[in-house]
Amino acid sequence: MFDHDILVIGAGLAGMRAAYTASQSGADVAIVSKVYPVRSHSNAAQGGINAALTDRGDDWEDHAYDTIKGSDYLGDQDAIEIMCREAGSEVISMEHMGVIFNRDEEGKLGVRSFGGQRQARTFFVADFTGQALLHVLHEQILKIGARVYEEWFVLSLIVEDGECHGAVVMEIRSGEVHAIRAKAVILATGGLGRVFEPSTNALICTGDGMALAYENGAPLMDMEMVQYHPTTLKANGALLSEAARGEGAYLLNSEGDRFMQEYAPNMLELASRDVVSRSEQTEINEGRGIDGCVLLDVRHIGETLINEKLSQIRQLGIDFANVDMVHEPVPIRPGMHYQMGGIKTDVNGLTNIMGLYAAGETACVSVHGGNRLGANSLLDTLVFGRRAGDHASNVVRSRQHSDAITDQYAERERNRLQEMLNRNGGGELFGKIRLDLGEAMNTHLAVYRDQQGMETALEELKGLKTRYDRVIVHDKGKTFNTNLIFTLELGFMLDCAEAIILGALERKESRGAHTRTDMPDRDDSNWLKHILIAKDENGQPDVTYQDVTITQWEPQVRSY
Amino acid sequence: MQVTLNVRRYDPDSDQPVPYDQEYSVDVDENATVLDGLIKVREEVDGSLALRCSCRSAICGSCSMRVNGQAILACNTKLTDVVLEGGRVDIEPAGNMGLIKDLVVEFDIFWDKVRAVEPWLQPEGEEPESEYIAPNDDMVHLAGVMGCIMCGACVSDCTVLEVDRNFLGPAALAKSYRFVADPRDDADESRLDELNESGGVWDCTRCMMCVEVCPKGVDPMGRIMSLREKVIDAGHTETYGARHAEAFTRMVRHSGRVDELQLPIQTFGMFNVKEMIKLIPVGVRSQLAGKRPPIMHQKNPGMSNVRCIFNRVEDKR
Ligand SMILES: Cc1cc2nc3c(=O)[nH]c(=O)nc-3n(C[C@H](O)[C@H](O)[C@H](O)COP(=O)(O)OP(=O)(O)OC[C@H]3O[C@@H](n4cnc5c(N)ncnc54)[C@H](O)[C@@H]3O)c2cc1C
Ligand code: SF4
Ligand code: SF4
Ligand code: FES
Repeated sequence: MFDHDILVIGAGLAGMRAAYTASQSGADVAIVSKVYPVRSHSNAAQGGINAALTDRGDDWEDHAYDTIKGSDYLGDQDAIEIMCREAGSEVISMEHMGVIFNRDEEGKLGVRSFGGQRQARTFFVADFTGQALLHVLHEQILKIGARVYEEWFVLSLIVEDGECHGAVVMEIRSGEVHAIRAKAVILATGGLGRVFEPSTNALICTGDGMALAYENGAPLMDMEMVQYHPTTLKANGALLSEAARGEGAYLLNSEGDRFMQEYAPNMLELASRDVVSRSEQTEINEGRGIDGCVLLDVRHIGETLINEKLSQIRQLGIDFANVDMVHEPVPIRPGMHYQMGGIKTDVNGLTNIMGLYAAGETACVSVHGGNRLGANSLLDTLVFGRRAGDHASNVVRSRQHSDAITDQYAERERNRLQEMLNRNGGGELFGKIRLDLGEAMNTHLAVYRDQQGMETALEELKGLKTRYDRVIVHDKGKTFNTNLIFTLELGFMLDCAEAIILGALERKESRGAHTRTDMPDRDDSNWLKHILIAKDENGQPDVTYQDVTITQWEPQVRSY
Repeated sequence: MQVTLNVRRYDPDSDQPVPYDQEYSVDVDENATVLDGLIKVREEVDGSLALRCSCRSAICGSCSMRVNGQAILACNTKLTDVVLEGGRVDIEPAGNMGLIKDLVVEFDIFWDKVRAVEPWLQPEGEEPESEYIAPNDDMVHLAGVMGCIMCGACVSDCTVLEVDRNFLGPAALAKSYRFVADPRDDADESRLDELNESGGVWDCTRCMMCVEVCPKGVDPMGRIMSLREKVIDAGHTETYGARHAEAFTRMVRHSGRVDELQLPIQTFGMFNVKEMIKLIPVGVRSQLAGKRPPIMHQKNPGMSNVRCIFNRVEDKR
């Protein structure tokens, strides 16, 4: 058994930011991550991070308004105000830590335009902003020498009487299972993209944290709000960043028209993501697509600029679509990208379980509401990661380790895993079940949804759960048993899928990313509220609501 | 398309833990990557195959391994580009790092070396209220190095690391360059002192392997060469490496070629008995192989051209 004041689960931007801050405040912090920190999915963020820097004439309230409008008024305005107000200092502290950032002629931080915003306020490092931020935070973690349990996998949380006391974790290299006792646990486990197939997300984005919290009775909020990104590649779902449109790319249909002129005459290609994705899907559905795609055209930007600012994107096109964007437009389509919802927290990252925090994509504060603006997620991870680390480090000063926590928690998990490994025959490998889950979700819970489709998905999910109960693991060994890990992750994904479908069935209107063909209008009088799904004492999902917090921006008709 | 993935496997938990080859025949589409093939095996055929992978788009650095003997990223290498005759592809774990299981290797040595270069920004003086002012050109230049995804492909195939575990290696040195070349970092002096030590910049043999295998165009060797210049500029002219470089340059400038008999003498010093004795076996071997350098050093007939090159380069600096 190991002891720490604070255990941070996840070494993406949210996790490392939380750990760094808590450690600076003197707490004994450890991070657990199922992959080496720099392998975390935050590295995939290409486009940038938003901040309204007041010393160059931007205003945080403008940023807040854009975010709220982007969220289709489902975002909580108190939380959004905090995020936008603290954005500037967050970006500057990352610069001080070492992030290079592209500059303007004066050598100050340069900006690019991003969707859904009237001001260019996205700070960036070429087209690998996430990687640049992640590597620099990792450098800081190395510098302060915080303990990192690298390639350790969290199996379960230790929660007794509504209080969290740690987690049970498997060291992947040896297969040993340990209990780690902590006075506070911060979940920063990232998104759940793999619940959908295809997805822009990495293979490790399996919603572990959401499922762990859900399992222990913490509510998941806004889970029906799943973002489909407008520009993903058909072959493997890989993302071409919004930076392409930020730098001026056009979207064309099969007739060569810039169709966004129809749907968003002011913002065109840079309207909010839900709007652009719906427009593309409509073009495709109405027969103006090409092989299920529309075209992204950057040729007019020119080779020099493409190489300086979009080189990685160009390479992705060459590698996965056999298209060099310098010479030809790339076929793209909407693809699953981001989960706006997650573990419900307050503005300090605290969940309804004492001692349990969440931050980053796994959490729902909610700053993204029905639709997240591009480049607001990196900001969310840093601001709320820091706030969670800060709050937790204050709280642990007056909390003691619980003596009731013994190795029995680890023993319970060892037995569960052994039972899984002992299963032979009768069942199947995890792979096909995962694929069937992903395809069902992508068929029924995509850009356009309806009652019948969502009910079908729920029905299919039941069948998948039955198959999962008999799943077999080929690898019976202890060392680096990835087969076992993937199987456990699939268990987490099935729980997340349940919350998504239930949330979506509950919301009887269209808002943000949740667009129902059978209920196409937004209905503020009944549905200007969050949907929360939590497990009751019997382990059954229970639905409750919470009002949206409105400070100064009343809901309006949303057009771009 | 049918391909045979010939995978080097290793299971430390088995009764006989020795590496062995296993063939998997899989049906994949034309655009499939090596990673797609391996995932197909793992999800549909044999769940026990262990490998690291995550992003599928050459950004997380998890999936470096050797294909047909050379380090690559499995996720950005198309099978069609690497199939050998008979539709076979040979897949092995990355080199120079210990084996854990199948295609999974110990990265400890990789991180230890990165950690050794103190890889964090070390500015001096008071932090500015807002950002540090820095020229965009410098930042764009640094972006070329910061594109490193820590995949370890270069470390896997570095020919020096194969024989000298003490060498910092291409990735860590490139990381170090990232700070030395950062106008905001003020620890150049101590960094360059360290890099001048044994295991540092002078141990690279310029074999180019790291440049060839790097999937992100980081050019580790080029960075090491830039570091060498900076080490010399910082006044470190006393190491064998620096003296070798200086003697080499001097000779070529003077006669258009290297005087191979003089080079070791000028590098190590005439009276450095220890190093001179070490050279005796090399001398004997080259004599036997008929490759002894001529006793009388002669000027290159195209000397004026060589001088032109020197002038050009020096003008540019
Ligand atoms: C392709 C792509 C491009 C994007 N571009 C942008 C952009 O330009 N701007 C923007 O703002 N946002 C962007 N996003 C979104 C943004 O990158 C993510 O939402 C954000 O980085 C998530 O960070 P995180 O810290 O919450 O989680 P992650 O970075 O995903 O980290 C999760 C961590 O949790 C650990 N973990 C998970 N489960 C377990 C477990 N069971 N046990 C132990 N450890 C565990 C993992 O090892 C990992 O360290 C993009 C997303 C994608 C997919
Ligand atoms: S060039 Fe130097 S660093 Fe690169 S692989 Fe060869 S010896 Fe190693
Ligand atoms: S320098 Fe290139 S090969 Fe080496 S770790 Fe970095 S990205 Fe990989
Ligand atoms: S899977 Fe991430 S680099 Fe290959």
